[in-house]
Amino acid sequence: MITLESLSKRYGESTVVNQVSLEIERNSITVIVGTSGSGKSTLLRMINRLIEPTSGRVLIEGRDTRAEPAHLLRRRIGYVIQGHGLFPHRTVAENIATVPRLLGWETARIAARVTELLEVFQLDPGKYAASLPHELSGGQQQRVGVARALAAEPAVLLMDEPFGALDPIIRAKAQDDLLGIQRRFGTTIVLVTHDMDEAFRLGDKVAVMSQGRVLQYDRPAMLLIRPTDPFVTRMTGLADRALRLLSLITAADAALPGTSEGPAVQGSASLRDALSELVWSGADSARVVDADGTARGRLTVAAILAHGHP
Amino acid sequence: MRLSRPRLDALGAVLVVAGAAALFFLPFVVFKSNRIVPGDPRTLGAVLPGWGALGCEAALALAAAAALWIADARVRLVLALTGVVAVALAAAAAGNALTPPGNLVVRIAPGAAFWTLLICLGLLATDATTRLRPGPALRVLLLAASLGIAGLTLAHGTFDHLSVMREYAVNAVRFARELRQHLALAFGSLGAAVIVGLPLGILCHRLPRLRPGVLTTLNIIQTIPAIALFGILMAPLGALAAAVPLADRLGIRGIGAAPAVVALFLYSLLPIVANTVAGLRRVSRSAVEAAHGMGMTARQVLLGVELLLALPVIVTGIRVVLVQNIGMVTVAALIGGGGLGAFVFQGIGQTAIDLVLLGAIPIVTLAFSAALVLDALVEAMDRVKASA
Repeated sequence: MITLESLSKRYGESTVVNQVSLEIERNSITVIVGTSGSGKSTLLRMINRLIEPTSGRVLIEGRDTRAEPAHLLRRRIGYVIQGHGLFPHRTVAENIATVPRLLGWETARIAARVTELLEVFQLDPGKYAASLPHELSGGQQQRVGVARALAAEPAVLLMDEPFGALDPIIRAKAQDDLLGIQRRFGTTIVLVTHDMDEAFRLGDKVAVMSQGRVLQYDRPAMLLIRPTDPFVTRMTGLADRALRLLSLITAADAALPGTSEGPAVQGSASLRDALSELVWSGADSARVVDADGTARGRLTVAAILAHGHP
Repeated sequence: MRLSRPRLDALGAVLVVAGAAALFFLPFVVFKSNRIVPGDPRTLGAVLPGWGALGCEAALALAAAAALWIADARVRLVLALTGVVAVALAAAAAGNALTPPGNLVVRIAPGAAFWTLLICLGLLATDATTRLRPGPALRVLLLAASLGIAGLTLAHGTFDHLSVMREYAVNAVRFARELRQHLALAFGSLGAAVIVGLPLGILCHRLPRLRPGVLTTLNIIQTIPAIALFGILMAPLGALAAAVPLADRLGIRGIGAAPAVVALFLYSLLPIVANTVAGLRRVSRSAVEAAHGMGMTARQVLLGVELLLALPVIVTGIRVVLVQNIGMVTVAALIGGGGLGAFVFQGIGQTAIDLVLLGAIPIVTLAFSAALVLDALVEAMDRVKASA
């Protein structure tokens, strides 16, 4: 668990982060979302002390982050930035090995970890380990950036607009991969973005920031149902809030007992996707199935619509 | 299918016309009864009757044919180098043939045709090498081989009867001393400039407010002519020597090596500092941020990421300085700084052109070699393009 206690950062007269307190749960993805200049990146960087707070403190598992030198703290915390920041003069394998080397791991252990991570990120070790970053595509560079941040098995991973430089299709894939990685390693992830869709897609909890303050910190559905500030409503958008709400619920969770002659919908699909399928096919109800095809129940248009408002 | 007519090579045509005109109308060697009288010009045919001249002319004809009609760069390079060897051997043979046995007073100097032919063949060889695009290692190897062959023939005495080698024979001990002095001045001032310039460049990168002032000052120093800078330095260094006997004993005086080293050091600072700043600015900011974020210490980020990535640009600055210094050390001889320039200015004073060449040829060779080796080094290091 990461605890931020009345964290503030001031540069001269201007206050960039103002009295922010957050409890970030273990093994979850917390997204900090805000417009540019809202202080979200500054807040993130105060967690690994790339920026030292003017006042307040950060506790990781109850331990003050100032208890050890900043560079030793950072070796225990993964860090991913926009534009990946790979070392252009080092190979993919050397890039991934950066933190384990700093920590003085044995060569064999480092090599095994590098191979494992390359496989997890669907990069053939035989083909890519010895490549230089500029020989990779943008999506591959981004994956190497995340693999490098995870190399030393950190319990916490900080990500600053990690997918900002990717085109939409590759970004969607990278977001799916991140959800898989989080489940696999159980990492506590704090991610900063300006993209509300990304926040809804990834966040177990979302903190909306504006002018250095956290306006609301809650589960994504609650931001739609019970916004505490007009700015939160503006960020989440009024026009499609019903559809956003549907996108947060899976078909499996909303499935009714029984079966249907209508089209098949994956249990992992969102209600928004299920509704889209029903509208497209003109059917009244859909069959909810597992990945292996076994029936899990049915969904009607009316049942879906019932989930689209508080 | 028709055979395409061989196309005439434009550069080759110019070189062949220039080389042929020089061969037929200009003296190949100049015969002088002593080292300062004006000489008696001799053509190649006149000094080397029979097979010698014919052999040389045959090699030149082959090189000319390659220059005009053969597109294969390897053939052009081999025939151009064969031409260089033929011209050099012909000059050596002319020296041997024209020197009366036991006579140490006559001077057989290479003439205008000799130099023109060497330049034409050299350009042909350079052009062919450029077309072949050899890698950095191969270029250094080619240079080492060329210097090795030249050194061996000189040591063997092949050219001993030519005027420049006559001057060398008389000045051998001094030549070794002045060469050492030349290298010491060039590399010493470079070393001092790197020791001061590199940290200064890093400082300018870290503190942008400092940058305009430092770079402008160094730019102004660059615009001062070398002789003027020597003059400016004479007064303070002379005063220092007079006031501090220890400085005088260490050789820090108004004239001599001290003002030369100081002046060269000052000239060297701009390329080192400017290139260090440019190299560090080229380093991707996100790579530096990621390095800090992963827990590298400030020292590890500077040495392992920033300087390493900036190194090709910094070495380019060192190359500029080294080539510039090797040339400018020549002028240091004017204020008693020594170096190969001593032969150049002594030769000018005595109107003994051979003595000028004894100084100038090694200077040009040194500067050329330094440029080639450091260019190859930069290219080898720059295999990684700084990615965005």
